[in-house]
Amino acid sequence: MGMTVVEKILARATGRDALRAGDVVEPAVDLAMSHENAALVINQWNEVFEGTGLPPRLWDPSKIAIVFDHRVPAESSKTASNQKKVREFVAKHGITRFHDIRGDEGGICHQILPENGYVRPGSVVVGTDSHTTSHGALNAFAFGIGATEMASVWALGRVLNVEVPQTIKVVVDGRFAPSVGPKDLILHLVGLLTAEGANFRVIEFHGGTIRAMSTSGRLVLCNMSVEAGATSGVVPGDEETVRYLRHVAGIRYLFTLVTPDEDAVYEREIRIDASSLAPQVACPHTVDNVKPVDAVLGTRVHQIVVGSCTNGRLDDIEAAARILRGRKLARGTRMLVFPASARIFQEALDKGYVLDLMKAGAVVMNSGCGPCLGIHEGALGDGEVALSTTNRNFKGRMGNPNAEVYLCSPEVAAASALTGVISDPRKGA
Amino acid sequence: MTQVIATLGDDVSTDVIYPGRYMATVLPSETPQYAFADDVPLNGRLKAKEIEPGSVIVAGKNFGCGSSREQACSCLKGYELTIVAKGFARIFLQNSINLGLKLVTVPDVVASEGDELEVTTDTAVNKTTGKSFAVVPLPKARQAIVDAGGLIAYTRKRVLEAAGKA
Repeated sequence: MGMTVVEKILARATGRDALRAGDVVEPAVDLAMSHENAALVINQWNEVFEGTGLPPRLWDPSKIAIVFDHRVPAESSKTASNQKKVREFVAKHGITRFHDIRGDEGGICHQILPENGYVRPGSVVVGTDSHTTSHGALNAFAFGIGATEMASVWALGRVLNVEVPQTIKVVVDGRFAPSVGPKDLILHLVGLLTAEGANFRVIEFHGGTIRAMSTSGRLVLCNMSVEAGATSGVVPGDEETVRYLRHVAGIRYLFTLVTPDEDAVYEREIRIDASSLAPQVACPHTVDNVKPVDAVLGTRVHQIVVGSCTNGRLDDIEAAARILRGRKLARGTRMLVFPASARIFQEALDKGYVLDLMKAGAVVMNSGCGPCLGIHEGALGDGEVALSTTNRNFKGRMGNPNAEVYLCSPEVAAASALTGVISDPRKGA
Repeated sequence: MTQVIATLGDDVSTDVIYPGRYMATVLPSETPQYAFADDVPLNGRLKAKEIEPGSVIVAGKNFGCGSSREQACSCLKGYELTIVAKGFARIFLQNSINLGLKLVTVPDVVASEGDELEVTTDTAVNKTTGKSFAVVPLPKARQAIVDAGGLIAYTRKRVLEAAGKA
């Protein structure tokens, strides 16, 4: 019986010829990523060794990555002290894949990992962040875990007692209409599956639309697979995977792409015609409350956010800049733009997108998670509405339970910034 | 006591259980004060210690969806609550097992605030209404971590075995 992409990856990571959904395995980890919550991982990891008479030991510092992104630069002395603790730990243990707050190599973990070639096709990637699902875009099995689970990985180099997940096959064909793209596709899919429809399952993306999609777009799909509850999203390896790794991430090592067997067993199959999609919007307060933009046109918006691990890449910033170029934001609407990494920020500067955005009235902030999860900056006032290219709109998400967050593509966000109300980018705002 | 202290709906996210703005607080001993911080009455009752250990929160499907933040488990564990839900999101379920927060999956549970809900290995009995409901057991792989007293103890055992000390 054939295997899915994730079954094949887990078989390799456990030294077995074959396995199937439901088997319990302890896969070896190829990459273990944390952000600021490494402070808690360090605490839990020390606890593992307490009373053992053994000195605390990392299984392999070269496979650990730590990226500061959630609260950069620090918003409080508490965060600053935690970041200091992590810096000291990183120096002491020789962790080289460490990305501090810097204008040359900093950024959001889910962009830093791909663009630096840390994610290898066929590898097992774990991260103390639920959007670690993103890295399935590069043909890895990547999933989010908690800090204590990570402490266990740091000690043993394996994730313990993993049940091989079932896989849902999603086949997407057809060309997107103008102003429609990967964000609209994944919002549509989350709406279709519901917030728990893929819980404990993997979503494997297939079809002509996916094959024609850049890694940037695939990252959007895999990133938000977790919003349907999925353990991970994954794209079979192909020419685009190779192009990205060789030419964008600049890696030279050999790797093997993983594709599913023709007779792989899927829990179910979902088919989507991309050409039939309109721009989509997820309405408050759940990500699966998805409607075509037509249903919410005219909703007053106070804050527009373009950025995050979902939509802060160069093509996203380009899309926003193209719409705003030579125009002005509506009065009473503010717009915050967060490039997903310092490298993307620099490219956006080179191409003039930052100037286009600033002249229109947008504020371009340093790379990081920004207002997405209400920790750091860009909080909403009581009764305010945000329209954001981020990935979650749960009550209180942007720092205020008395505010509302709508999720959309960069095109819908930029078109709406011009009018101050949710607008359709196809109408040329 | 096994009194139901709150009933919540479907898709209660970790942003609701432990709002992001308190994420700079990481130590399990310090997180309980922020449990359900935006639900002022519930947060207040918990902090005032009006709630006895072993009390129950009943929720719908997909409890704990969203972020992997472990604070969402440690803050509830601090009050020794039991969460009975129709279903749990994957990372929250695993984090709770790792930290020793008691979760019980009861797909058909019906209970109101103030009811007495007694949970055994295979049944949840609402003593107030007299109705009983089937419990979905944890997968075996996860039960092993619960039985070891959480993931830190489980990993410690493995570290000792690897060092030839167990």
